Amino acid sequence: MAAHLKKRVYEEFTKVVQQQQEEIATKKLRLTKPSKSAALHIDLCKATSPADALQYLLQFARKPVEAESVEGVVRILLEHYYKENDPSVRLKIASLLGLLSKTAGFSPDCIMDDAINILQNEKSHQVLAQLLDTLLAIGTKLPENQAVQMRLVDVACKHLTDTSHGVRNKCLQLLGNLGSLEKTVAKDAEGSAVRDVQKIIGDYFSDQDPRVRTAAIKAMLQLHERGLKLHQTIYNQACKLLSDDYEQVRSAAVQLIWVVSQLYPESIVPIPSSNEEIRLVDDAFGKICHMVSDGSWVVRVQAAKLLGSMEQVSSHFLEQTLDKKLMSDLRRKRTAHERAKELYSSGEFSSGRKWGDDAPKEEIDTGAVNLIESGACGAFVHGLEDEMYEVRIAAVEALCMLAQSSPSFAEKCLDFLVDMFNDEIEEVRLQSIHTMRKISNNITLREDQLDTVLAVLEDSSRDIREALHELLCCTNVSTKEGIHLALVELLKNLTKYPTDRDSIWKCLKFLGSRHPTLVLPLVPELLSTHPYFDTAEPDMDDPAYIAVLVLIFNAAKTCPTMPALFSDHTFRHYAYLRDSLSHLVPALRLPGRKLVSSALSPNITPHEDPSHQFLQQSLERVYSLQHLDPQGSQELLEFTIRDLQRLGELQSELAGVADFSATYLRCQLLLIKIMEETYKMEFMYSGVESKQVVIIHHMRLQAKALQLIVIARTTRGVDPLFGMCEKFLQEVDFFQRCFIADLPHLQDSFVDKLLDLMPRLMTSKPAEVVKILQTMLRQSTFLHLPLPEQIHKASATIIEPAGESDNPLRFTSGLVVALDVDATLEHVQDPQSTVKVQVLYPDGQAQIIHPKPADFRNPGPGRHRLITQVYLSHTAWTEPCQVEVRLLLAYNSGSRIPKSPWIEGGEMSPQVETSIEGTIPFSKPVKVYIMPKPARR
Amino acid sequence: MPEIRVTPLGAGQDVGRSCILVSIGGKNVMLDCGMHMGFSDDRRFPDFSYITRHGRLTDFLDCVIISHFHLDHCGALPYFSEMVGYDGPIYMTQPTQAICPILLEDYRKIAVDKKGEANFFTSQMIKDCMKKAVAVHLHQTVQVDDELEIKAYYAGHVLGAAMFQIKVGSESVVYTGDYNMTPDRHLGAAWIDKCRPNLLITESTYATTIRDSKRCRERDFLKKVHETVERGGKVLIPVFALGRAQELCILLETFWERMDLKAPIYFSTGLTEKANHYYKLFIPWTNQKIRKTFVQRNMFEFKHIKAFDRAFADSPGPMVVFATPGMLHAGQSLQIFRKWAGNEKNMVIMPGYCVQGTVGHKILSGQRKLELEGRQVLEVKMQVEYMSFSAHADAKGIMQLVGQAEPENVLLVHGEAKKMEFLKQKIEQEFRISCYMPANGETVTLPTSPSIPVGISLGLLKREMAQGLLPDAKKARLLHGTLIMKDNNFRLVSSEQALKELGLAEHQLRFTCRVHLHDPRKEQETAMRVYSHLKSVLKDHCVQHLPDGSVTVESILIQAAAHSEDPGTKVLLVSWTYQDEELGSCLTSLLKKGLPQAP
Repeated sequence: MAAHLKKRVYEEFTKVVQQQQEEIATKKLRLTKPSKSAALHIDLCKATSPADALQYLLQFARKPVEAESVEGVVRILLEHYYKENDPSVRLKIASLLGLLSKTAGFSPDCIMDDAINILQNEKSHQVLAQLLDTLLAIGTKLPENQAVQMRLVDVACKHLTDTSHGVRNKCLQLLGNLGSLEKTVAKDAEGSAVRDVQKIIGDYFSDQDPRVRTAAIKAMLQLHERGLKLHQTIYNQACKLLSDDYEQVRSAAVQLIWVVSQLYPESIVPIPSSNEEIRLVDDAFGKICHMVSDGSWVVRVQAAKLLGSMEQVSSHFLEQTLDKKLMSDLRRKRTAHERAKELYSSGEFSSGRKWGDDAPKEEIDTGAVNLIESGACGAFVHGLEDEMYEVRIAAVEALCMLAQSSPSFAEKCLDFLVDMFNDEIEEVRLQSIHTMRKISNNITLREDQLDTVLAVLEDSSRDIREALHELLCCTNVSTKEGIHLALVELLKNLTKYPTDRDSIWKCLKFLGSRHPTLVLPLVPELLSTHPYFDTAEPDMDDPAYIAVLVLIFNAAKTCPTMPALFSDHTFRHYAYLRDSLSHLVPALRLPGRKLVSSALSPNITPHEDPSHQFLQQSLERVYSLQHLDPQGSQELLEFTIRDLQRLGELQSELAGVADFSATYLRCQLLLIKIMEETYKMEFMYSGVESKQVVIIHHMRLQAKALQLIVIARTTRGVDPLFGMCEKFLQEVDFFQRCFIADLPHLQDSFVDKLLDLMPRLMTSKPAEVVKILQTMLRQSTFLHLPLPEQIHKASATIIEPAGESDNPLRFTSGLVVALDVDATLEHVQDPQSTVKVQVLYPDGQAQIIHPKPADFRNPGPGRHRLITQVYLSHTAWTEPCQVEVRLLLAYNSGSRIPKSPWIEGGEMSPQVETSIEGTIPFSKPVKVYIMPKPARR
Repeated sequence: MPEIRVTPLGAGQDVGRSCILVSIGGKNVMLDCGMHMGFSDDRRFPDFSYITRHGRLTDFLDCVIISHFHLDHCGALPYFSEMVGYDGPIYMTQPTQAICPILLEDYRKIAVDKKGEANFFTSQMIKDCMKKAVAVHLHQTVQVDDELEIKAYYAGHVLGAAMFQIKVGSESVVYTGDYNMTPDRHLGAAWIDKCRPNLLITESTYATTIRDSKRCRERDFLKKVHETVERGGKVLIPVFALGRAQELCILLETFWERMDLKAPIYFSTGLTEKANHYYKLFIPWTNQKIRKTFVQRNMFEFKHIKAFDRAFADSPGPMVVFATPGMLHAGQSLQIFRKWAGNEKNMVIMPGYCVQGTVGHKILSGQRKLELEGRQVLEVKMQVEYMSFSAHADAKGIMQLVGQAEPENVLLVHGEAKKMEFLKQKIEQEFRISCYMPANGETVTLPTSPSIPVGISLGLLKREMAQGLLPDAKKARLLHGTLIMKDNNFRLVSSEQALKELGLAEHQLRFTCRVHLHDPRKEQETAMRVYSHLKSVLKDHCVQHLPDGSVTVESILIQAAAHSEDPGTKVLLVSWTYQDEELGSCLTSLLKKGLPQAP
């Protein structure tokens, strides 16, 4: 045996050597190292006790194994498996086999026979379970191979009768993952021996072990996920499991019922103890509603969550969920429904609101009153006042989803949602505000509801207030008192929390534009104008006054009679605000005033917008240029850049496009600075597509070529140039591989020509390369940059620290002081990994701080909010001094490149993905006054 | 026949002086030991002489369990243990143990100092009584003696309220005490596992009520208080010192903070301060929110709520006062009520249940003129509001708990007879289990069928389990073995082992049966036909044709012989052992049906 193994080890060695020889052809170097399997074998032979062997195996498992040596390792492991007496070592080997068979690039069908073989001789239940797990791994690696799957399913079925729950669990898992999907196909392949996987799994719904029951249900769900259509007969089985003693079984059963109800919503099921029938989805809805008052909160969360996605349920069942007292069994169709209404109004039960109304009254029909069975009844009332906030949140979410699909339900659930604004847990409040915003299209708030809603504005949590502003943006208010109330509350909020300024203005903008007719009667009062007397001109810098004006101007946009009520200074203020806060103040048609003739007449559709035309024209003009050399065209470029930048400042909606184009032009102009600029383009904008990425990379390549030329001109000697040339050629090669699909778009471009000449470049000397590049750069044409559909510039504003404080932050040197940083980020993709905080000390020392992922909130699409703490520390200073805090956008040039198959094939370690190549500052720096004092003795 | 006997001494078809005697498996347990608010004579305490006329209570009762600290559940405890005399263990949860003596002391003060009652228990008696108390943790199984064990479950209701499971052998009773199925601002909801007791004794205060959403009630309450305070009126909220009081305090405190209101909130002093202290300590018994945030801020440290002084009642301007007791039957709340009742701007909010006979009950029933002691007549002009903040389960909650515990029987206590009747009917109708509602002193007897444990060897179990292939948990399964009853225990062993143990020789028992077949052919051919027939029918069994012409199915032997008189008839001799009885009888009936016609 030993000799045999030795031979195997040598084989392994020779194999590696052969690979080296192959690799010589591709000019790559690789370190020779002993084969994994050989090392493992030696280790395992050395092991004297099972504990030792286990240690070796554990160590071995920590290191990855290359695809080519997997098979050898597997053989070694199997050899040891046969010899091993200790079950724990066998267990570890079995688990290693499973791990190894998952290795990419390794086809595990060769292990399968061995694995099945050892499975048959194994006695230990734990090892058996582990082996089945390994088989599962093998099976999932070979999804195409029908025969293997059939065989594995057979093995699983055989072990289903094992006495250990662990083994049965794994068998069911295997069946769920590998059970044949298309029975007909299997029939042809295997003849009569087809097993009905669903039936087999279904039998284990009544296993004596709850863990096995859970596994059976999960396997069934797995089958469903893999696309197998479950039989309707399962529904009844699953319903029985709802009253199981164990929570995990009930939780899984709820899921299964939900799945079946989505598959057969319209089929009819009989109601037990009556001869009537209802739709299956309604029945399932009732059952899941009943689970909202289950004893285990895990089940309650599960049930509440699933309720939200049952949109096909009939409306009268839906509405029951909001009333606890509709006690009758409503399932008995219409007659019963009406009877229940009577019951409700006659009040068999008292509500607990009045004293003495709980004396039992005459019963109407005892048979119809059913406290338990009418499951749907009051499900949400229970869910919303549940003990655990997880359940409450799930209930609110479900309420939201159902309300979105049913306007009448939305109207009904409004009161409940408004009540949730007073929940004791902030997350629940926040969730219910968000929910309300989502369904706000379907509802109009009454005044008393608005009152409750607005009361939340005083909440000390910023997230809540901001969410509420968002909500107010899209609510419908029914009366002018409502608008007034909202304005008053918002202004109160503004004085209490001045940092909410922007969000409040934005909120008022939408409030104004939504309710012009309601604002109109309020205008004189709001502007405090008087019919006869001129009143004092309000202070233009008062945020509250601006807020009022924002409301009025936005209302005036669709209400032409309103400007007649304005006084002179209002018009002046309009002109000022229109220019300074153009995103909040719309263009108004002001008849008979000079101010109307402002350059920006009201735009009718965005396409005819002159500024948009202007943008197009200037870009076309630039693109018509063929070469970079002539002096005139450079000037033109400079002008165009300036124009575009100004345009971006004026028109916020075009800012993205204009800015983007301007940056591109500047790149053309300033090839030297291009390195940074290209990185900026690549990482500061969201919505950039691969087409643009190609061009950006192309640009970078050109810049690198230029850099090469410059260096070649200025340095003496040839040696450094060799390295540079080679590096450059590698870059070209890389570019070609990454963007091979996009190359046809780059006709006549620099890279197109470069690739034509590639063979020549490879062999020529650096000086020649430089010369070729130089001519090519001259000849290359200007690439047209296709604008993507949507492009947004990443930006950040630091709200806190405000940088206005004269009081230095004092702390003892050597210790740390925590500085609260609060910033809003717009259009940053994946801020958790890209946004960093930089602190610059006066001595030039710079510190980059990585905020925690939990510090980022996501209040709306494309917006993020960073609330974090930055720790500052320094040695003692004599004077207080300012440090600069700014936000950086970190990038890694590989991340935007479309993944080509060869990158996916090789396993990139996660560290490469997150590494940072460079950073771009994208916020204005804020100065913080600090003073590290010397420590007292 | 073993049985469980239940006799309520108090709280049978009544609210107040809860005291229930349970005899289970030869053990006697007393559940709760309360007083009645409506009486001040002998009727206020349960009639302990019922338990035993002669001899000491300690000899008769195995333990006493107190569910929570409300006086109608623990008020008679010092009287019972010190004056009547009981020295056994008294079980209660830790918060109950801590708070109970404060309430008892307060009760004693009112009774003795204010009303001047003689022959009442003393402070020392309360202390002595509390020394007998044993603390129980949630879900802790306490072994009272070798057979009797008790276990506490969370009940909501008030701080430290618990439901108790009492178990002797396989028989068990669950007593809920008072419980609440909807969580509130400071406590969670009651919870019990599927313990399937023989009997569930549940309270039924709100047997006919299904309450609206809790949030609705809170909003209404806050609105009413806010309006009255804005009008400049005074709000009186009579509460019991502990329980609702804390919930409403948290509610008002947060509301005041959010709305930035200035009107003062007072809380009648004395025991409340002490009790609040305990609330701060027993955080694990409160709800999720308080448990999660108490590190930053303990919710029971109120900012807006101050201690009340008697002089404040006359000071002008709006205010909110929480005063004890909750049913306006005595003490501070009644004093303040008398002062404020005349002004229609003021308001009294009754947040809970009022027992018949109390002032609270009278004004809630709409009485506007009250006769007080000394023939005084008090006209009530102030607004009277009722708002059910009682932390009792409503009808749906009770049904929910019954559904969770899945008992075999339900017994209703702590409620009004009429309402109980209604709920009883509902429970019987929906769960199809019997439901009882005994009056005080009436005994309910439930026969039980206790299960008897039988030991079985693992080898036998495994062998028998391996016979059936598919699992079928709910279906009874046939097991072969021998039951040995020896030394008061039962064992199931394999027959071989039984023989060995008892030193007996094995006897073979064989059944034989003759089946007549009409078949003119030869014996061998008949046997052949029988063989092929059986082979085709009994696929799962091993059917063999032996060279001597007989056929075997497993161990059953079939021989064919010609009939002595009629050659056209063949006689099949079927023989099997006792162990194969099932298969043998099946085979005979099969053969009796005859063979299929030969082709």
